[in-house]
Amino acid sequence: MVAYRAGAPSSARNFLADVLRVAAALPERKHVLNACNDRYRFTVAFAASLVANKVSLLPSTHTPEVIRQLTEFAPDVFCLTDDARCQIDLPRVRFPELVPGETVPWQQIEIEQDRLAAYVFTSGSTGTPLPYRKTWGRLVNCVRFEAQRLGLLDGRSHALVGTVPPQHMYGFESTVLVALQSGNAFSAGRPFYPADVCSELDSVPEPRMLVSTPVHLRTLLGADVDLPATDLVLSATAPLSQNLAREVEQRFATRLLEIYGSTETGQIASRRTAETVEWQLFDGVRLLTEAEETWAEGGHVEQPTPMCDVLEVTAADRFLLHGRLSDLVNIAGKRSSLSYLNHQLNAVPGVVDGAFFIREPDEGSSTGVTRVAAVVVAPGLDATGLTEQLRRRIDAVFMPRPLLFVDSLPRNDTGKLPHDSLRSLAAAAMKRT
Amino acid sequence: MSDKASPLRQPAPPADNVALQQEVAGLIVAALNLDVAAADIDVQAPLYGEGLGLDSIDILEIALVVSKQYGIQLRADSEENEQIFRSLAYLADYIAAHRTK
Repeated sequence: MVAYRAGAPSSARNFLADVLRVAAALPERKHVLNACNDRYRFTVAFAASLVANKVSLLPSTHTPEVIRQLTEFAPDVFCLTDDARCQIDLPRVRFPELVPGETVPWQQIEIEQDRLAAYVFTSGSTGTPLPYRKTWGRLVNCVRFEAQRLGLLDGRSHALVGTVPPQHMYGFESTVLVALQSGNAFSAGRPFYPADVCSELDSVPEPRMLVSTPVHLRTLLGADVDLPATDLVLSATAPLSQNLAREVEQRFATRLLEIYGSTETGQIASRRTAETVEWQLFDGVRLLTEAEETWAEGGHVEQPTPMCDVLEVTAADRFLLHGRLSDLVNIAGKRSSLSYLNHQLNAVPGVVDGAFFIREPDEGSSTGVTRVAAVVVAPGLDATGLTEQLRRRIDAVFMPRPLLFVDSLPRNDTGKLPHDSLRSLAAAAMKRT
Repeated sequence: MSDKASPLRQPAPPADNVALQQEVAGLIVAALNLDVAAADIDVQAPLYGEGLGLDSIDILEIALVVSKQYGIQLRADSEENEQIFRSLAYLADYIAAHRTK
């Protein structure tokens, strides 16, 4: 079994037939933006791209500006979509119609370890996303460690249900790849509301694993729903508090594991948050601290790679996480940097000066999500026009709330914007509105 | 409440829905701490994306408020979970039709 589509199992021979059918229908171009919403179609499309020797591009968002930047990175990129209303401004190829239940005789398709399978992107700090190469071997090694850590190799057939999209590195690894590489099956849907999560879980056999995020878990706890029996809940994208982790374990009679990783390294550690705040590294991965920075190396990480968080090494295989380096923003699993957002804001025609800053979560917010706000000097623009321009450039979760118009920014002699001056300017501007 | 009703051709909503629309608008503004007045929200404009500019995290937040206030567990009928949020008027109609409290 490879997957469940609306509860109906799809066998490995059926999956292979679908992969070969899609591989044969792909255009000559080398780079593919896999925009399929359905997790099964996404997976078939990814495997078909590998078989057809193509490289998948996995940006964290599909705003028009990011799509434009992708075409600079890979001019022949095309978009493979399963949505007739897809608006992505690239040559679009519709995901082919599959033949339900079609099978082919089983055959092993060898993909070399060093084959370039995908590029993932971080937002970078100069306004251009930075690409990271993911070879097939590295992707596979990473999720094999994960499968072992999660107990997915115990001989039972686990069903994985995810609230995260397959295009996101976490969703890609922890729903799609880990299932394929551990002989388990993922569910194709991407449930959103708490009631949807319950019925998606209900549609697949036990043992079940829910692959989710702090935002979705808080929403599940807040909603008056009964979660079907779930063996394991996985959370990533932002750290979960110990209280919340315990509440999830008690309310849903389950075990909760958190995963830690980065776009650059993939997953490198996990913890049973209800029991410990210490993270345990995956086998073979080591941390090195140099000056202020921590680097990961070994295991599936291979080359030493700097981590974007402040980490405190507590033992050879354990560490504490103390938050992100100051410039980085992580909203509900979407990552960006203040410098990237500032660059995009200042690139809007009519903007004289502008700066983003991080706001703490609103009191009473049930999702507990941090947001960003911005102050801007743009005498010729109004909020509506500027908002429209920004929406083309940055992901919706990073849209400034509020967007405050001011006469000038309190820059110091070196042109820097002291954090305190920015805060008090913003507080004053907020009072005026 | 017809399934075929499109925002453009929708007849004026019944009077009690106007009150409900304002109530829901007030809940949204309070839950998300938006800097617009509830009365200023265009009842026919999309809440998602363009228009009020809400994103999927906001939608989850509103879904919680709606479930607590009206006893409705929102469901994504299709793959498009923002469908219910196509406008304040549509959301209020949906609540009116499905509320249990």
